[in-house]
Amino acid sequence: MSAASSGLLRRKRARDTRFENSAATREAPWVKRLTLCFSLLFFGVFLLLPLIVVFAEALRKGLEAYWAAIVDPDALSAIKLTLITAAIALPLNLLFGVAAAWCIAKFEFRGKQLLTTLIDLPFSVSPVIAGLVFVLLFSTQHGWFASLLEAGDVKVIFAVPGIVLATVFVTFPFIARELIPLMQAQGREEEEAAIVLGARGWQTFWRVTLPNIKWGLLYGVILCNARAMGEFGAVSVVSGHIRGMTNTMPLYVEILYNEYNFAASFAVASLLALLALVTLVVKTWVEWKAEQTLDLNDDEQEENP
Amino acid sequence: MRVLSLSVSLFLLLALPARAELTLLNVSYDVSRELYKDINPAFAAEWQAKKGASITINQSHGGSSKQALSVAAGLEADVVTMNQSPDIDVLVERGALVAADWKRRFPHESAPYTTVSVFLVRKGNPKGIKDWADLARPGVSVIVPNPKTSGNGRYTYLAAWGQALRKHGNDAAEARKFVAALFRNVPVLDGGGRGATTTFTQRDIGDALVTFENEAALIADELGSDRFEVVYPALTIEAAAPVAVVDKVVDKRGTREAATAYLDFLFSPTGQRIIARHRFRPRYPAVQKQFAARFPAVATFTVENTLGGWAAVQKTHFADGGIYDQIVEHR
Amino acid sequence: MARRHKNVLPGFSLTLGYTLLYLSLIVLIPLAAIFVKSAELSPAEFWKIVSAPRVVASYKVSFGLSLAAAAINSVFGLMLAWSLVRYSFPGKKLVDALVDLPFALPTAVAGIALTALYAGNGWLGKFLETPGPFIGDTLSSLWLLFGGEADSAERLAESCAETLAGFGLKVAYTPLGILVALIFIGLPFVVRTVQPILEDLDMELEEAAASLGARRWQTFRHVLLPILLPALLTGFALAFARAVGEYGSVIFIAGNIPLVSEITPLMIITKLEQYDYVGATAVAAVMLMLSFVLLLAVNILQAWSSRRFRRGRG
Repeated sequence: MSAASSGLLRRKRARDTRFENSAATREAPWVKRLTLCFSLLFFGVFLLLPLIVVFAEALRKGLEAYWAAIVDPDALSAIKLTLITAAIALPLNLLFGVAAAWCIAKFEFRGKQLLTTLIDLPFSVSPVIAGLVFVLLFSTQHGWFASLLEAGDVKVIFAVPGIVLATVFVTFPFIARELIPLMQAQGREEEEAAIVLGARGWQTFWRVTLPNIKWGLLYGVILCNARAMGEFGAVSVVSGHIRGMTNTMPLYVEILYNEYNFAASFAVASLLALLALVTLVVKTWVEWKAEQTLDLNDDEQEENP
Repeated sequence: MRVLSLSVSLFLLLALPARAELTLLNVSYDVSRELYKDINPAFAAEWQAKKGASITINQSHGGSSKQALSVAAGLEADVVTMNQSPDIDVLVERGALVAADWKRRFPHESAPYTTVSVFLVRKGNPKGIKDWADLARPGVSVIVPNPKTSGNGRYTYLAAWGQALRKHGNDAAEARKFVAALFRNVPVLDGGGRGATTTFTQRDIGDALVTFENEAALIADELGSDRFEVVYPALTIEAAAPVAVVDKVVDKRGTREAATAYLDFLFSPTGQRIIARHRFRPRYPAVQKQFAARFPAVATFTVENTLGGWAAVQKTHFADGGIYDQIVEHR
Repeated sequence: MARRHKNVLPGFSLTLGYTLLYLSLIVLIPLAAIFVKSAELSPAEFWKIVSAPRVVASYKVSFGLSLAAAAINSVFGLMLAWSLVRYSFPGKKLVDALVDLPFALPTAVAGIALTALYAGNGWLGKFLETPGPFIGDTLSSLWLLFGGEADSAERLAESCAETLAGFGLKVAYTPLGILVALIFIGLPFVVRTVQPILEDLDMELEEAAASLGARRWQTFRHVLLPILLPALLTGFALAFARAVGEYGSVIFIAGNIPLVSEITPLMIITKLEQYDYVGATAVAAVMLMLSFVLLLAVNILQAWSSRRFRRGRG
């Protein structure tokens, strides 16, 4: 067991450093050092320092205050709402992302660039506008569907459905946009081979395409999820800000900040920052899984040469 | 596919209206949070004692105009408690949510309390800021929230304008010159009142912050009275905070009685005392006397008695291309 | 590409149909609401609102700074992605994980944190606004460290502070602050679109180039860059698009001075504050059309470059 796992580790390390060990893919040491230096400096100034500020502010009043801020009933209800919202928005956009990437990357058709651009559009729509459009549509007073909503006594905006809709809107392109360039770069030879060899459509997708796009898909899901949980502007317009009912975590952070409750505000915000660590866990897990299957394959090949 | 249908059904489930016992939604402006945190349990206790039933009051806070827009768009507020009357008038104009005579429904033109614009300066007042004229001096830096996006900022602008009018015998040209000089001294226009406070207190920018009296007191309490002090100008604006029952909503939800009782409570001695404790100037004479030490006497004017009312102010000063725009575009 | 053989892959009409349906429901119909609302204006009124000097100045700030931020992100984002895929260094996993931070952190928090850093009394702002004393102190302590005398060190520090007095760089509450916020929110787009492509690259490609005698830089320029370019352009487009619409984080650090540091989304908000839905949607419509045209251009460029690459390879 230990021999096997150390072998696994060795092989993994070899794979991690393969670019640095081959003369053909290695840069001059000064290029490497300079690149690392610049990219890490950039990373430090623009990402790490703000993060440190968040945690420094969150812990300013000590761990006890930090914990108290998080287990506050209003905070818990905000966390719950945020999780529900992400749990609905994510699968919807995942399905769309895969479908859109499939037809855009694997087929040629007229108007493709137009379609891609339309998919990008929600990125450039100011979050405030994103909220505003749903108000224009679903306002029970002057919206397009006002009479319909009134008749059914259904609330969309200033209730959870509006928050979900706004979130779906702002996170709409993430997964599709992550997959399209990747699938385009991969071309369609592998899938074509599978089909020609008699595989059915679904089989081809599961066995050939999915393993190829898993990294892109993973990044897409992670980004989409992060953004869904962190979205502020659009949700702020449609939420109604009812404490304990329609406040998501970002909105709750703002409320606490406006109450001069800086430490608690940053404490809740730091929870969202911890999401980034979820990336770490998921990625490590997927990597580990992939290593395992690779190893199994290697072993099989060794056994039956 | 199963995931999809699950998420769709979850979505539909959430879209259905929820059933609950008696609740009221109070949609309010930004800086009244602390006040209603105390008012609500006090009212609920009184309601329980009188009616033997429980009541829950939900709160929503945000920029005053933004909150008004949300109510106009369908946020089901039973009562609105704002910081300027245009934000209730808009509910009369849009969808007739509030009756046109809302100002006559409660005493004091339906405003249970007032506050005044004051200055917060750094400890020891190093720049010697005593009155409005000092804010327009070259070399003084003043923090004011953006009048276009903040009620607090609008009152500050109007306070500066109104006192200059009074000082120069109603000469609008002089008032304009003064306000333009003051806004030349503004390095940052924050989105809201509390944003401006943060800029002044946490980022150490500016020699003076113009804000409401209750805010200034709260800042001193929360962020250290050893760092700041409050300066009362000779003449300033009195800002009344109007309240109203949202007729269309209470009739639909059957909550008129509770909503009216809730707003009446604000005018009751108990309510007024809570209000005074939060540094808003109460209306009830006995309470005024009790808390007199907290509220230094200061000469005031209002939008109605000096500036021709909100409608006129909105049109000449704050509309696109109005006097405020002209001033800040030619700094 | 001209002699395209028949595509044997299934699912085209299904996926395209679903894509169009979902796109229409979630994006197109809601966005149509903006145009319908702004159509309540006559063309002359519309033009007057969207061409007001302050609004035009805000387009320049928003679009100019967004382009700059996206360009900076493209360069450094590529470097960062490259470092993450190609090099091993301590803390690599953590760096990799934190790249997504700008998405998860609510924009308002990002704005507050960045302002706290870059304001005159912040960790970075202190140094940037008055670099003189900092550099002077560093030099003089170095001087002392290498055996210099105490009072000449002091003189060195003073003269340094004096000469550099005019060189302060204000970041918070200036357009530069907006740029910082836009770089922050756009960075993950570039890194995360380039990274999967880099991870997917075969070593053989570079080894072949090297065995044919190509220098490392030539391999990068002629072999790798063409492969990376489509993804890089996508990342650029996304970072740009996101930056144009950003409101929450910018508003804290911008200072919001008319004609100088007002962004277009702020103009929309100020119109909404006056209950002016129509004016707000008019500005929003212009913004939407401008970014649509820019995004379309980038996407066509991207398609062209990926076609060129594939033709080169096939």
